[in-house]
Amino acid sequence: MSRDNDRWLTDLREDGEAREAALSELRTALLRNLRQALSRYSVDDAFLEDAVQDTLLRILDRLGQFQGRSRFLTWATSIAIRVALGELRRGRWKDVSLEGVLATAGFVPDQIVDRESPPQAQAERRALLHTLQQLIEHELTERQKTALLAELKGMPQDEIARHLGSNRNALYKLTHDARKRLKRGLETAGYAAEDVVATLPR
Amino acid sequence: MTLSKKEIDSLLRLVGLTRESELNCEQCLALVSEFAERQLAGKSVSESLQHVEHHLSICEECREEYEALRRTLEAVEEQDG
Ligand SMILES: [Zn+2]
Repeated sequence: MSRDNDRWLTDLREDGEAREAALSELRTALLRNLRQALSRYSVDDAFLEDAVQDTLLRILDRLGQFQGRSRFLTWATSIAIRVALGELRRGRWKDVSLEGVLATAGFVPDQIVDRESPPQAQAERRALLHTLQQLIEHELTERQKTALLAELKGMPQDEIARHLGSNRNALYKLTHDARKRLKRGLETAGYAAEDVVATLPR
Repeated sequence: MTLSKKEIDSLLRLVGLTRESELNCEQCLALVSEFAERQLAGKSVSESLQHVEHHLSICEECREEYEALRRTLEAVEEQDG
């Protein structure tokens, strides 16, 4: 198991025996690593083997994207983990509709003020949340609101993208733009980003 | 049901941590293996890797994947001595 990065790349790009040997070695190593990575999740061998198979196809497809800035096997493992956790999330959420998630999501600031905290702190928190609510209502598009709320409700990004007929990169841009609008809005209203973060429980 | 206190707090945190320019999940994946190796070796991270660190602070899915990678590298290192 002492292949260096160049050797992996050369052999995987070859035809014939060298490639078969490299693929077999990579499959074994990924299976071992993925089993380790997912030891906290309940998955069986068939799941792991399918995920490794998908990963191998992806890797062969993207060999040109490997920049050699880490060990090849670490890079391959990071892809295997994305594939496997993506599959697990999809399985958990496949029967959940976006409408179902959003139907239960609203934004009612009064109910989330800590009644135990001093009156001054409660008033400040209420004012902050009121501003945030106004910004969500008036500064965000429906699509941005939908994506942001669904994400807060824990829906996986791939699932939200699928429901919106989009893809994960475009979804990221959508929610990033939404966050930027909210941040600018809060700053305009006198709330500095660092101060907002500083008041939150760790 | 509305957003819970925890969800509101995570929205505020996300907004507060938002930067003008951020990596998306695909860009994060391309760099996370290097980031994990350097973190594990206790080495400093370059500017491009600081963007990875920032993405991990706001993206729960990439963070979950990074933590799994980190645990794996640690375990492999231990097994291989
Ligand atoms: Zn991400």
